[in-house]
Amino acid sequence: MIPPNFEYHRPATVDEAVGLLTSLGSEAKILAGGHSLLPMMKLRFAMPEHLVDINRIPELSGVSVVGDDIVIGAMTTENAVIADPILNEKVPLLPEAAKLIADPQVRNRGTIGGDIAHGDPANDHPALALACDAVMTVVGPEGARQIPASEFFLGTYWTALNDDDILTAITVKAFPNGAGFSYRKLKRKTGDWATAACAVVVALSGGSVSHIRITLTNLGPTAIRAHDAEAVLSGQTVTDELIKQAAEKAMAICDPAEDLRGDVEYKTAMAGQMVQRAIAEALSRAN
Amino acid sequence: MNAPVKTPEERQAELQGMGDSRLRKEDARFIQGKGQYCDDIKLPGMLHMDIVRSPIAHGRIKNIKKDDALAIPGVHAVLTADDLKPLNLHWMPTLAGDVAAVLADEKVHFQMQEVAIVIADDRYIAADAVEAVEVEYEELPVVMDPYAALEADAPVLREDLAGKNEGAHGPREHHNHIFTWEAGDKAAADDVFASAPVTVSQHMLYPRVHPCPLETCGCVASFDPIKGELTTWMTSQAPHVVRTVVSMLSGVPESKVRIISPDIGGGFGNKVGVYPGYVCAIVSSIVLGKPVKWSEDRIENISSTAFARDYHMDGHLAATEDGKILGLKVDVVADHGAFDACADPTKFPAGLFHICSGSYDISAAHCSVKGVYTNKAPGGVAYRCSFRVTEAVYLIERMVDVLAQKLDIDKAEIRRKNLIRKDQFPYTSPFGFEYDSGDYHTALEKVLDAVDYKALRAEQQEKRNDPDSPTLMGIGLVTFTEVVGAGPTKMCDILGVGMFDSCEIRIHPTGSAIARMGTITQGQGHQTTYAQIIASELGIPSEVIQVEEGDTSTAPYGLGTYGSRSTPVAGAAIAMAARKIHAKAKKIAAHLLEVSESDLDWEIDRFKVRGNEDQFKTMADIAFAAYQQPPEGLEPGLEAVHYYDPPNFTYPFGIYFCVVDIDKGTGESSIRRFYALDDCGTRINPMIIDGQIHGGLTEGFAVAMGQQMPFDEQGNLLGNTLMDYFLPTAVETPAWETDYTVTPSPHHPIGAKGVAESPHVGSIPTFTSAVVDAFAHLGVTHIDMPHTSYRIWKKLKEEGVQL
Repeated sequence: MIPPNFEYHRPATVDEAVGLLTSLGSEAKILAGGHSLLPMMKLRFAMPEHLVDINRIPELSGVSVVGDDIVIGAMTTENAVIADPILNEKVPLLPEAAKLIADPQVRNRGTIGGDIAHGDPANDHPALALACDAVMTVVGPEGARQIPASEFFLGTYWTALNDDDILTAITVKAFPNGAGFSYRKLKRKTGDWATAACAVVVALSGGSVSHIRITLTNLGPTAIRAHDAEAVLSGQTVTDELIKQAAEKAMAICDPAEDLRGDVEYKTAMAGQMVQRAIAEALSRAN
Repeated sequence: MNAPVKTPEERQAELQGMGDSRLRKEDARFIQGKGQYCDDIKLPGMLHMDIVRSPIAHGRIKNIKKDDALAIPGVHAVLTADDLKPLNLHWMPTLAGDVAAVLADEKVHFQMQEVAIVIADDRYIAADAVEAVEVEYEELPVVMDPYAALEADAPVLREDLAGKNEGAHGPREHHNHIFTWEAGDKAAADDVFASAPVTVSQHMLYPRVHPCPLETCGCVASFDPIKGELTTWMTSQAPHVVRTVVSMLSGVPESKVRIISPDIGGGFGNKVGVYPGYVCAIVSSIVLGKPVKWSEDRIENISSTAFARDYHMDGHLAATEDGKILGLKVDVVADHGAFDACADPTKFPAGLFHICSGSYDISAAHCSVKGVYTNKAPGGVAYRCSFRVTEAVYLIERMVDVLAQKLDIDKAEIRRKNLIRKDQFPYTSPFGFEYDSGDYHTALEKVLDAVDYKALRAEQQEKRNDPDSPTLMGIGLVTFTEVVGAGPTKMCDILGVGMFDSCEIRIHPTGSAIARMGTITQGQGHQTTYAQIIASELGIPSEVIQVEEGDTSTAPYGLGTYGSRSTPVAGAAIAMAARKIHAKAKKIAAHLLEVSESDLDWEIDRFKVRGNEDQFKTMADIAFAAYQQPPEGLEPGLEAVHYYDPPNFTYPFGIYFCVVDIDKGTGESSIRRFYALDDCGTRINPMIIDGQIHGGLTEGFAVAMGQQMPFDEQGNLLGNTLMDYFLPTAVETPAWETDYTVTPSPHHPIGAKGVAESPHVGSIPTFTSAVVDAFAHLGVTHIDMPHTSYRIWKKLKEEGVQL
C-alpha cells in the first residue's frame, strides 16, 4: 500500500500547471482530490512519475453566477457543492446527489472536476453533468475551450481531455422554474459506487412534460443519457404506464459490467428500478 | 472539624462497583487519539519488514531472485524459507496440532501466502524491495471446494504430510483430509430417526468470513544481543501463550522473552494465533540485532490472516407430529484452508460445536465434523464467538425454523414446546454439556410481549395477501444458548497449558490498588469493569483501582481474551483474589479493633463491630495498618494472587427478534426492528454491556447481510478491501433495542456469565430467520447468507415475486 517514488509539483496558477503538464508529458498526472488516483497509486496500478497538485490554485474553486451561467470551479469539493447556496437554489440536483457520493471524509477532499475528469463511469458527476446540460471549460497549451458534457465522455477512463489539458470549470444553467429533480442511487453501502443510478430533471407545462433529462451512472462504459426514455415522456401527461415504458427504454441501452455488485441482468433491472423511482420522485417535486 | 458522615447509600455509590454504569476508563485516551497501538511504537534504529506474497493459490516455487531487491540502497536482508531452514523455523506448529509454513517451503498453498521477507531502513524502501523480488512459480491445479478436495483424484495439497496417516485428531482418510471428529451418541440418534413420525433435513453453508478488526496485525520485535533478551510488542489477544510459543520456537528462555500487547484495536479472534509475520520479525531482530517493525495493510489482513466459519452443514431433526423434537443429527464439512490453524482447545478440533442441540431438550443427538484442506488461507478462529458456537447456533436455530415450517407450527410456539424448562437446570445436554442455569420461557414471553408479536404476524398476513405490496415482510426469532468461559482445565488446554486465568491484586498503603491480569482488553473495557468487581468485593472506589494487562513481565500467566472468557474466568479470578485479601483484612481489622473476627460484620467498605456502629475500620485504614502494624504472626502487606480454574463453562442465553422489510424491486432489506434480550447472569456494568451488545449485533448484521469472502475458481480472493468487504457504518446499522433478564451462574463467584459474543452468535441466525420468513409463504425454508440485495433479488426473481 505504498506507491513507488514520484516527483511532486505544486503550481500556483493554471498556466503554470499547463506548462508543467506540457513539459512533463504523459508521465504526469493531475492531483485533484486524489481519492481515485492515490488508491490506485498505493496499489501500484497507477505509477505516474510526476504529480501536479492543483489544490493550491485559488481560481479553480468556488461557485459563481456569470450572467445566466452558474460556473462551478473544477476544484470545488463535494462538501462545498453540498453547502453552496447558489447551487441549492438554482441546480439543487447537484448538492442532493453529492450527498450520495462516498462518505463525508472523502467529500472533504474529492472534487467535482476530479470526479468528471477521471472518466470513470462509476463516478456520479458525469451523469449529473449530462442531466444538467453542463459545459466543461478546458485549458490547454492553446488556451481555453468549451466542451459540452454530451461530447466529453468518450469511454471508460477516456474523456475529451488531452494529457496537457486541465478541466477548470463546469458551467450549468439554472433549472427551469418549478422543475423537479431526483438522483436515485442503489449502492451496497456507504462509500460504494452505484450498482445502478439515475438522474432525472423534469419540468411541466400545463400538466405535460416540457423538459426532461434522464441519465444513468455505472450502466455502461460512460455515463449515458437515455434519449429514448426521455422521448417516451416528452410532451406527455405522465402515467405509471409511461414511466414503465421509459424505464424499459433506458434498460435497453444499458451495458453494465458484471462485478461483485451483480451481473448484467441484475444491474439492468436495477437501472429500470432507479429510473422509475427517479422519474416518480422528480415529478412529485415538479410544479 | 469532622467531615459530614456519609450514608451507606452514598458510600455505596462512591465505590462505582458492580451494577454501576461508570464511564469507560479507556475512552479518555482513545477519543483524544492518545491510544498506544503497535504501530505507534518507535524504537531507535528500528528497521522495517515487508512481505513478498504469492499471487497464485497453488504452485511450486521454481526460483526466487533476490539480487535486484538487495541492490536497493537501504535494504538489509531478503529472507526465504531456505534461509529459515537452518534455524528449523521455516515451518511452525499451529494451535490445532498441524504445522504451517512460516515462509512458503517449495510450494505456495494459497493466494497471498508469505513467500519471502525484506528488511529495510524504512517501510517505503521495504515496499519497493518487495516489488523487486522476483519469484518464479509453476502453477498447480487449485482446489477451492472442500467436497472436491476429498475426491479420490483431487490434487495433493500438503506434500509435506505425505505418508502421515495419523493426524493430531485421529486417522487421516485422504490426502486432503485433516480429521473427523464426532460427539454424541450415533446409535441412539439413528434409532430415534428410524422411528420418528417426522424428519426434516437442510443443507446450509456458513460462508467464510473475516473478523476484520480496525487495527490490522503487526509487531515490533527487539532483541538485545547483550542481555540476550527479546521484547516484542504485538497485536495479540493471548500474550502469555505467545511468549511460550516464541520461547519454544526461538530457544530463548521464557524468562528472557517479554511479550507486550499494547492497546489493541479490536481482535474478534483474528489476533489469537501466531502469524508468520510475527515469527519473521522476531527472527530478523535476533539475526540483525536491531528492532524490526512489521505492520500489515488491510489487504494483507483480510487475505492472509485467520478467517472464520466456512462450515458446510447438513442438519437433520426428528420430531413428533406436534413438533416435539426427538433427535438431532449434524454432518459438517469444514474448510480449514491450507493449514489447520484453528484456535480451539486442544481436544476439540471443531471447538464447542457440539453445543448444537441449543436451548432445546433433545434426548438423542450426534454430530460429525470433517476437517479438509483447500487452497485458501488458514484460520478457523472464533470471530466474536466462543469456539465454533456461532456455527452451532446457526445450525440448530435454522433447523428448528425448518421443522416449524414443515409442521406449519408458529416459530415461537415450536420453541415454547422444546425449550429446556427452568426446573430442568442444571441440564445435561445429549452432547454432555452441563448447562448451569437458564430461564428461557420467561425471556421468550417477555420479548414476544414487548414487540407485540401477534400484531406483527397479522400485518405480515395482510402484506402476503396483497400482490401490490411493494415489500415482503419477514419475522425472525432466535432462542440461543452460548457456551463460554473456556475453560475447565480438565477439558480445555491450549498447547498443553490449561485454560485457567489469573489475577494479582495489590492494595497500596493509602488504600488504592493495582490489579494485573492474564487477559487483555481489545475494546471490552476491562480497565473499567475489572475495577468494579474489586470495588464491590473490597470496598475500594473503582476510580483508584488500576488494571494492567498485556505485559507478560508484570502480569500473571493467563490464556488471554477470546471466546467470552474474560469475565467468566478472569473475572472469577479477580473475585477470588479479592476474597483472599478480604480474609486477611478481616484479621487485621479484628486486631485493630481488639475484637475477634467473629464479632465483625462487613458493610460496603468497612468492617464494623457488631452492635457497636461507631467502631469500624475501613479498607483504607486496614491497608495502612497492613504495612505499618500487622498483627503478630501475619505477614505485612495486603496482596493476593489467584489462578482460577473454572469448574464448568457458563451458558449465557438470549431471545432475539427481528422484523425485516424487503423491497421487491431492488432486493434491498431494511431492518425495521431488532429486539435483543440477553441474559448474561450478573451484570457488572450495564452501559458496557449495552455497548458490547450493540457492537456484537452490528458485526452480526455485517456477517448476515454482506460479509463473505468471495473467491474465483483460481483461488483469487475477489473482495479484499473495505470497498468490497462489508463493514457497516452508522448509515447501514439498524437501531438496536436491548433488554435483559438476570439468571446468575450458580458456579461463578459473582454469578457472571460473559456477554460480548452472545449478540454476534444470536443475531446472525435471527437475520436469516427473518429473511427466510419473508419468503416462507412461498415454501422457501432456507436461504444461505449473505443476504445482499443482489442475492435477495435473485431469490425474488426465482420465486416470481420481484417487481
